[in-house]
Amino acid sequence: MQAAPTFKPAEAIWRVRLQLFWRGLKGSWAMFTESKIGLTGLGIIIFFALFGALWPAYPWLMERLAWTPEELEAARNVPYGAISSIYQVYDPVTGYDPLIPGIENPTPPSRRHPLGTNQFGRDILAQLMASTGSEFMLGVLAALITVFIGTFIGAITAYYGGFVDTFFMRVADVFILFPLVSFLIVLGSMIELTLIKLAFVLGILYGFGQITVILKSQALAVKVKPYIEAAKVAGGGHFHVIFRHIIPNLLPLSFLYMMFNVTGAIFSEAALSFFGLLPGIKVSWGIMIDSAHSGGYILGGRSFQNWWLWMPPGIAITLLCSAFYLVGRGLDEVVNPRLRKR
Amino acid sequence: MKRIWQTLTSGMSKFIIVRLLQIILVLYLYMTLVFIILEAQPGDITDIYTANPKITPEAKEAIVKQLGLNKPIYERYLNYLRNFVTGHLGCSFKWGNIRDVPDPVCREQRPTWDLIRERLPRTIVLFLTYTIVSFYIGFFLGKLIAWRRGAIIEYFSTVVGVVLFTVFTPWFALLLVWLFAVNLGVVPIGGFINPDSWTNIRQIGSVDCSIGISCSNIVFNHMLLWLGGLTLFWGIVYLWSRRFPYPWQRNTARWGAVALGLVLAGLFFGGGWLGEIDRVVLARDTKFEFFVWHFEFPAGTIPLFPLALDFVQHMVLPILTLTLISFAGTMLLMRNTMLETMREDYVMAAKAKGLPDHVVRDKHAARNALLPVVTSLIFAIAFSVDGGVFTETIFSWPGMGQLLLLSALEQDYPVAIGSLVFTGIFALVAHVIADILYAFLDPRIRYD
Repeated sequence: MQAAPTFKPAEAIWRVRLQLFWRGLKGSWAMFTESKIGLTGLGIIIFFALFGALWPAYPWLMERLAWTPEELEAARNVPYGAISSIYQVYDPVTGYDPLIPGIENPTPPSRRHPLGTNQFGRDILAQLMASTGSEFMLGVLAALITVFIGTFIGAITAYYGGFVDTFFMRVADVFILFPLVSFLIVLGSMIELTLIKLAFVLGILYGFGQITVILKSQALAVKVKPYIEAAKVAGGGHFHVIFRHIIPNLLPLSFLYMMFNVTGAIFSEAALSFFGLLPGIKVSWGIMIDSAHSGGYILGGRSFQNWWLWMPPGIAITLLCSAFYLVGRGLDEVVNPRLRKR
Repeated sequence: MKRIWQTLTSGMSKFIIVRLLQIILVLYLYMTLVFIILEAQPGDITDIYTANPKITPEAKEAIVKQLGLNKPIYERYLNYLRNFVTGHLGCSFKWGNIRDVPDPVCREQRPTWDLIRERLPRTIVLFLTYTIVSFYIGFFLGKLIAWRRGAIIEYFSTVVGVVLFTVFTPWFALLLVWLFAVNLGVVPIGGFINPDSWTNIRQIGSVDCSIGISCSNIVFNHMLLWLGGLTLFWGIVYLWSRRFPYPWQRNTARWGAVALGLVLAGLFFGGGWLGEIDRVVLARDTKFEFFVWHFEFPAGTIPLFPLALDFVQHMVLPILTLTLISFAGTMLLMRNTMLETMREDYVMAAKAKGLPDHVVRDKHAARNALLPVVTSLIFAIAFSVDGGVFTETIFSWPGMGQLLLLSALEQDYPVAIGSLVFTGIFALVAHVIADILYAFLDPRIRYD
């Protein structure tokens, strides 16, 4: 009897790809961690992600940590405005503390309200936490749309050239010089912009602009590489070459610009809601600053009184925007060969 | 004829002509885009009257007819383009006519174009000043921190730079107002003029202006003309003096021009030049409060200087804020490009020649690192009106940005759309002018 031939089956192609991908990721991560800038930014982003994720648990935690049973009992039995559940206290839009008389608001930080309450009695920390998630969602969604459009148009214009190129570059000229803020203000006064709509508008307006030009120049450099020729000789169609060979090589740069676009999107949302042009959004960091400002709590005080109304949201916006910017700068040193080894 | 054609199609002129043609195309695309996006919104302007019982359906129909909303879309599109080309930007819904006679088109309402013409210079002055100041500071600091790489100052300024670059602008502006205007009280809280100083002024030069606001416009236009004229004069002298072989000749010409310009401006605003234009006549039997002038003036007149000072006082805080916000970007950019140029061979060669450190830094490295910074300056000028919306609103500076925001909030659509399109046009034109200047300044760039 002859023994059946045993042979090791060739490794599946997806495993090889996964391994390669993993190796590349590890290399990039090593380069990324070399710069303190990127790590700092990543740390802040993770902090805010946790901060936002903690929001659903916040009232529950406060009930157990900050409220004594007597206070809870009293809050359920006040003559007017008694609450039935703790969630009524920490609601970012309608919440109030029944134990604090309305006339006393805004109250400074206390045990039950770690960052105080605003003039309507809403808990500042609850408002901060509740809007973190939507800020993230808006920023990331807008940046994804931007990068999707930018990568796709950049690859196509570089690949086909000619009329397509001229057309999209002239369109990019318009969008680069587009007065975005003014336009959003006029648009916001005409239609009710929700978070999703705003993300789409921002994504499209950014997407056809600068990022297309940058990614196109990168795609031009990719297009003349020998492996593109090889792919064409092997019978790859236009579609195949663009999607399997050009776009994967653009992705690192796209990812880098995505970070900068997140900053822009979050900033735009905060600014528009600060001026009251986003009635579709009920609570956001910009609205918090606006309510402090229009209530006269910023410019009304000579000393640093009422700081809890306007410092936390301002610092939060600044920190989150700078975090994405810092990650972008860190990634820049990975992606951009000129900056790599200093 | 052939020679003219050759001049037009070669080098610089060809570049300028191509650029101008491109800009007309881009302008057209931009205006079309705005029209399409605005048309894509549901409903029309009359929807704001839906809940108003005083406006009957017939009245609504009349408004639609009056505004031309019942016409087919292509006709409205052509109308829209024609109106912008001929400068008819419509009548404001909210702003009343301020002149003695009714406006020929808008009757008791104020034309949009009039509003924009009044407000654009204010914005330009504010933003030109801050752009120049912030770019100079950013250039200077970026140069220094790149040169002293690794020092404490580098880490410190990078952190400060990133924070200022990404800070939430309206919040930061409020913080500065709170600090400088509310707490320290060194500058006014906001606004354009201090109305108390302007109430008793009867005429400026030979122009009678009993309404306060037009008085301030006259003085402001004088300041604008002087600012533009002096900048142009100094720029021309700077370029012209570059052809002198010796440094002392260059320096004499440049400093002489600076001194001459300042003396002329001083004479004009001090009231010692032309009595016809630059004297302010006060209303009878009043005194001008806050100023003591040492020269003899005809009774009841003062020079322009204190009035100009009123504007300057109100401009200090917005310019400080805008500078703080925007110099950081220039600084970081300058630092990065400077780090790259410092590794070039010619910097090494200059050091090896034994040139002093600051000469290598300023003349060899920084000059060549300037290019990307100038590019970003071009964009900054183009975006100044757009980015000014927040700052102008918070400081109540009555410029284009505030006009746009106010009209958007009050649903004054003709003004909102007019200023939106105008903001875009301004950005495009500024960009082209800067682009052409850039090609003149940098001999390496010839777009042909």
